[in-house]
Amino acid sequence: MSIWTSYRLRLQRKRWKIRARRKGRELTAVQDRTEQIQPTDILLFCTFRNEDIRLPYFLNYYRALGVNHFILVDNNSDDGGQTYVAEQPDVSLWTTKAGYGDARYGVDWLTYLQGKYAHGHWTLTVDVDEFFVYPFCDTRPIRALADWLDASEVRSFGAMLLDVYPKGPVSAATYTRGQDPLKVANWFDSGNYIMTRNARLRNLWIQGGPRARMFFANKPKRAPALNKIPFVKWSRAYTYVSSTHMILPRGLNLVYDQQGGEKTSGVLLHAKFLNTFSGRASEEAHRAEHYGQGQEYKSYAARHGADPDLWCKWSEQYINWRQLEILGLMSKGNWA
Amino acid sequence: MTVGVVMLVHTAFDRAEQMIRHWVAGGCPVVVHVDKKVDAATYTRFVNALSNLEHVHFSERQRCEWGAWGLVAASQGAAKLMLDQFPDVRHVFLASGACLPLRPVSELCQYLDARPDTDFIESATTADVPWTVGGLDRERFTLRFPFSWKKNRRLFDRYVRLQQIVGFKRKIPDGVVPHMGSQWWCLTRTTLSAILNDPKRPEYDRYFHRVWIPDESYYQTLARIHARKIESRSLTLSKFDFQGKPHIFYDDHQELLMRSGSFVARKIWPQAELLFKTFPRKTEPARIMAEPNTSTIDRVFGKAVERRTRGRPGLYMQSRFPNMESENGFTAAPYTVLQGLDDVFPDFTSWLAKRTGAQVHGHLYAKDKAHFAGEETVFRGGISDGARLRDYNGRMFLTNLVWNGRERHQCFQFGPADTQDIRWMLAKDTNASVWVVSGAWAIPLFLSNRPASEVRAEASRLQRIEHKLLKVLRSPYARARINISTLADFVDAPMDILQTIIDEMAGHRATTLTEVPKMADLTRFAAFLQDLKNQGMHPFLTGDFAVDDAQGPKQPRSRKPYVVGKK
Repeated sequence: MSIWTSYRLRLQRKRWKIRARRKGRELTAVQDRTEQIQPTDILLFCTFRNEDIRLPYFLNYYRALGVNHFILVDNNSDDGGQTYVAEQPDVSLWTTKAGYGDARYGVDWLTYLQGKYAHGHWTLTVDVDEFFVYPFCDTRPIRALADWLDASEVRSFGAMLLDVYPKGPVSAATYTRGQDPLKVANWFDSGNYIMTRNARLRNLWIQGGPRARMFFANKPKRAPALNKIPFVKWSRAYTYVSSTHMILPRGLNLVYDQQGGEKTSGVLLHAKFLNTFSGRASEEAHRAEHYGQGQEYKSYAARHGADPDLWCKWSEQYINWRQLEILGLMSKGNWA
Repeated sequence: MTVGVVMLVHTAFDRAEQMIRHWVAGGCPVVVHVDKKVDAATYTRFVNALSNLEHVHFSERQRCEWGAWGLVAASQGAAKLMLDQFPDVRHVFLASGACLPLRPVSELCQYLDARPDTDFIESATTADVPWTVGGLDRERFTLRFPFSWKKNRRLFDRYVRLQQIVGFKRKIPDGVVPHMGSQWWCLTRTTLSAILNDPKRPEYDRYFHRVWIPDESYYQTLARIHARKIESRSLTLSKFDFQGKPHIFYDDHQELLMRSGSFVARKIWPQAELLFKTFPRKTEPARIMAEPNTSTIDRVFGKAVERRTRGRPGLYMQSRFPNMESENGFTAAPYTVLQGLDDVFPDFTSWLAKRTGAQVHGHLYAKDKAHFAGEETVFRGGISDGARLRDYNGRMFLTNLVWNGRERHQCFQFGPADTQDIRWMLAKDTNASVWVVSGAWAIPLFLSNRPASEVRAEASRLQRIEHKLLKVLRSPYARARINISTLADFVDAPMDILQTIIDEMAGHRATTLTEVPKMADLTRFAAFLQDLKNQGMHPFLTGDFAVDDAQGPKQPRSRKPYVVGKK
């Protein structure tokens, strides 16, 4: 890799940091509790829009893992979720009416806040429908993972996006506020993921799963990316590139081993396919604020009237992280 | 007679305090060394917290850096203080703040009382240990290491390289035979004072000052000079990962630690509340003199090293993505690829599946879709039969298929009419077993009953593609098990090849073939080939078919019955 490329990537990173600072002005603090943050705290960053129904369980799930403080950006919600989270004692909330797409799908806002508050902290960046699972997450808090990564001098931790879906039409998977979404949708594809290496940013580009199988079988290149690096020991020099799929400096993208060994990795269970999905799909397709003008959502809406049944004969039902590790979707690696 | 504990502390002071109280309550005096890097306020708070304990002393503080002399200097000072202050200490046990006694202190004391002259220190010559970090074993003792490995890796490496090139070698003091081992030891007063009071100690210290990671070799080497009886093992249970970092124990290791019967374990995660609550356990008379048995723990952590360095072969995932070319075998399990056999035998796949119990797919790489066994639309793991999705990454389609189906032997048909992306992969994969009946593509063309002039172009195309595959399979890079025979040779004696395929696929369950599957009707096939030749297309891959057939319609030749002799 030439010095020229790394120099260009450096410029790109700087540009995005500047852009984030500019986009940061779109944010208004609603509830700033950041003075509570202790030096060793683990932080969670998230942008949401009209997710009131999901927020209570989301916060509880990550509290149970041991996240100490939530830094949230509300993108113009009108369903009351924003007031709910503002009342939570461990949440700092910002709000904006600006366009999600214009802020690189929220990355600019979060980059701004991360630069300001996350420096030196282990930082989890997830969406409201993503649930982080790592080896031993049932017995060891996320602090243990962070300490171990520190001791191993590892700065970033990969967790592939794993779509979970119900058996039967998505509209029949009725989700109620505060409920564990995995009670409603807990099937997944265990072994149809394909990946290539991105030479420029050195990350793996992973595609596959039920969405590739059902919606993108004829245009596989368009299938959504599933590689994610959500857990990072943040430094103010860092910035995510596209959602949490890639990060700069690119050394952080090397969350995989190339000599045949397995590095430790986790999974983000992606509970997108609930009964809330169909309304969402048509709305987002219309709003066209998501990646590629909401391509993905358009594709759902067009093909299945936004009510697909993703289940197939070889779908696996989620049990725990050990099952995912045996199936080869994640790995304990060196952590025992 | 008691055991004295020398404890090195640099972090997690509340846990260290808890451990010191354990030892003292068990009747062991403790000398504590606190790293000089720890700030004064923390240190004073720590000392004050322990001020109500009589048998706790603090030794002179040294700056301790990983891999440097400071750690040895720290333990020397503390050990000296221990020997001077507590004359009835017979064994000195070196521990850290992250060491947790698993069995009661009294059991350790009794165990050591029964072995009054034994020094417990892991100590092996450099030639005999595989666990060195950075590949430096012997050279730890002969080179100089002025740069920190942790902070200045590049300088460290370059300086080592330079010395290797120049051929620099330090002189090892006379009588010293370098030994290495775990830095957590338990030495007798006699041995320890012999080491500390050796008249040659200044010389030894000067030498070890510049040895890399001296805490793993100083006592280990010198004990060999002074000890009367060495048990080369550590009483402290401590596991190391592939980089030489200690593994950390958490609450979920409770059961393992319980069963290990070790006296002391490290490192414990400071927040592993359950472990600190459970251990040390109450005395159990039945167990008092039991020897530690760590085989289960060894296995668990041995597996972790294996997983991190070698991983699961044939698995491609988010945190394991080896370069396919350099991996020894691309796939998870042996599989069989058959080209042309299903052209010769129309009902071949079901026949083979019945014979071998293997999973026999049709043409997985057919242009229209992947023909899974039983014409399923989805295979294990959720692999879709869509052709575009498959061809988007043809190689991973195969690695995924073999990984997901690794419980059964996978077999699929291949042919020149299929997508050819995996050609090189088949040739290079040591797990692949490739059987080609070359020229068999001519049979479907022949059976289509279309005139030779019409199928000529197609025949020529298929032959070109198959020829390319054969070239790849015959290349010097091919490492798969490969068997190529021409159609003519195969039709002449199909039984031999079929039997070998079945033996290979079914292993010990294979049975001797008594019947051959029904073969396609090849009457007038030679004439068809001749027609192709007459059209200017030369089907050279089929091999030579008897030309007498080409002379015109004779009465249908009854096919030779293939009688199989007893095997």
